[in-house]
Amino acid sequence: MKDPTTYFPGDSLNEADPPGLSAFRSSRRAFIKGVIASGAVAASSGYLLSGCAPGEGPAAGSVERLISLNVNGRIRRVDVLPNETLAMTLRYKLGLTGTKLACDRGECGACTVVIDGMTNYSCSTLTHTVGSRSVRTIEGLEGPDGELHPIQQAFIDELGPQCGFCTPGQIMSTVVLLERNPKPTRDEARRALSGNLCRCGAYDHYLNSVMRAAEVI
Amino acid sequence: MAKDMMTRFELYQPADIAGALELAGKLGPDGWLIAGGQDSLDWFKDRAKRPGAVVDLSRIESMRGIRETDSGLEIGALATVTEIEENTLIKSRYAVLADAASRVASPQIRNVGTIGGNVCQDTRCWYYRSGIDCYRAGGSTCYADTPEGMNREHCLFGADRCVAVSPSDLAPALVVLDASMVIQNKAGERTVSAQDFFIGPDTDIERMTVIEAGEILTAIRIPNTWAGARFYFEKVADRNTWDFALVNVAAAIQVENDIIQDIRIACGGVECVPRRMSVAEDIARGSAKNEETARLAAGSAARGAVPLNYNHFKISLLENLVLRAIRDS
Repeated sequence: MKDPTTYFPGDSLNEADPPGLSAFRSSRRAFIKGVIASGAVAASSGYLLSGCAPGEGPAAGSVERLISLNVNGRIRRVDVLPNETLAMTLRYKLGLTGTKLACDRGECGACTVVIDGMTNYSCSTLTHTVGSRSVRTIEGLEGPDGELHPIQQAFIDELGPQCGFCTPGQIMSTVVLLERNPKPTRDEARRALSGNLCRCGAYDHYLNSVMRAAEVI
Repeated sequence: MAKDMMTRFELYQPADIAGALELAGKLGPDGWLIAGGQDSLDWFKDRAKRPGAVVDLSRIESMRGIRETDSGLEIGALATVTEIEENTLIKSRYAVLADAASRVASPQIRNVGTIGGNVCQDTRCWYYRSGIDCYRAGGSTCYADTPEGMNREHCLFGADRCVAVSPSDLAPALVVLDASMVIQNKAGERTVSAQDFFIGPDTDIERMTVIEAGEILTAIRIPNTWAGARFYFEKVADRNTWDFALVNVAAAIQVENDIIQDIRIACGGVECVPRRMSVAEDIARGSAKNEETARLAAGSAARGAVPLNYNHFKISLLENLVLRAIRDS
C-alpha cells in the first residue's frame, strides 16, 4: 500500500505501475537537490546584489545608499539597501559572522548585538536606522592581543554553551546586563537573558557563566 | 533564510513631524510608517504587506522623551518600552504602566519597541498574519471562527465577522489611567481618549485604532487623576517572554477607609479593543475592598461572553484575573 504522505504531484497513483516509479523518484531527488543548491546561490546573490547595479538611484528624499557605520569602534563605509537588516549588513557586507541569524523574526536572540549600550535584535533593525550610534558585536569583545573578554572566558570556564550557536547572543546580553547591573542576582540574570533562546536548553549553565563573570569583572 | 529578505522599498527618514505628515500624504496607501519596526518588519518579511515606501519616524526628536506637565505626564510616542519600564516618575505615580511595560515581549524588543508602536500594533490572529484573504485583510471569510478553526487565542466579546483580539499589554494600562492619545494630521492636532482610540471590527474591520491614513500618533498624555492610586497588572501567557497575553488585566483603585471610592479595570486579549469591566467597576465602587466584593464583582466579568470552540478557558481566566485585581491591588 502506498503511503499517501509520500505522494508527489506527478507520481502515478496506479499501483500496477511501479517499475518507472523508483527511477522517477531517484531522478526527482537528484533534481530537487540540484534546485536547492543552484536555487539557493541564485536567490541569495540576487537578494544581496539586487539594486546594487549602477544607475539604480534612490527616489528623491530617500536614504543615501553609501553610509558610515560605527562597528566595534571602527568607522566602516558600507553600501546598504533600504530594506537591509543590520544582521545582513554585519554578516554579508562586513564579514562579522559571529552574529548569528536563526529565526530572522526577533523571536530567538541569536542575532543580539549592542547598540549604544542596549541589546537589539539585529535581524529586526533596519541598518539605516542605526545612524551614528555605535554597534558592538561579539567580535568587538576581545582585547587588543586577541585575549578573550572576561565574560567569554567565564562562559568557557563554566561550560556555558552546548552547541554554541546561541552563545554570541547570550554573551552580548550578558555584556549589557553587567554594564548596567554589575552584581545581579540569579533571577535578574535570568530576566536579562530571557530574550535569548537556547534550543539545547543550557540555560542553567549560561546562568552559572553569568554569575561567574559577575564575580571576576 | 533567503525567503526572509524583505521586498524592496524606498526608505525615508524625516527629521520632524511636518516632514513625516507630508510624506504620509504624498505616499498614500503605498507608504508605511514605522517606529521601532518590531511589528512592521515581520509583516514585510512574511511578504504579507509590501509597501513601496517606508517612513522611519525614529529621527523625529520631538516625539521622544517623557515630560512632566501641569496636568500630568506626556510620553512621546517614540519612548521605548524599556524607558517606560524604568522611568522613575511612571514607576512612582503610574506603576500599572511600568508593570505592564515590564511584561511586554522580550528585553531586546522592549529596548527598541515604542509605546506608540505597542498601541498601534496589528492583531496576532495567525490566519490574518499569514497573509490570507480573511475579512480583516479585505476578503470575505473568517478562518478562525469555523468548526475547525484554531481559536484558542481569540475573542470572547465583540465578534463581528472577525474574532481577533487586542494584543497590547500597555493598552489596558493606558485605558485605566484615562490617558489621551495625541494624533497629528495636516490640519493640526486632535486628542482621543485611550478608551475611544481602539476600535472593533463593527466600526472598521481593517484597522484597530481611529488613526486614519495620513495621521501620526505623536504623544500620549496621562492625567493626574489616578496618580498614586492602588494598581494591579497581571498578564497570563503561554510563555513568560515574547508571548502575547491570553488575557491581561490592568486596574486602578482609589481606596479611602477600606472603601473603594473609584475604580477602573480593563482587560486585553478578550476583545478587539481593551475591554472595560464596567459592571464589575459598578459593583465594586462604594463597597469595602475585600475578598467578598472582589468575588461579587468578578462574577460579572464574563457576562455576555460568547466563547469560540477552543477558548472557553478564557472565561474563568478573565473572572479570576478581575478577582485578583480588586482583591490584591
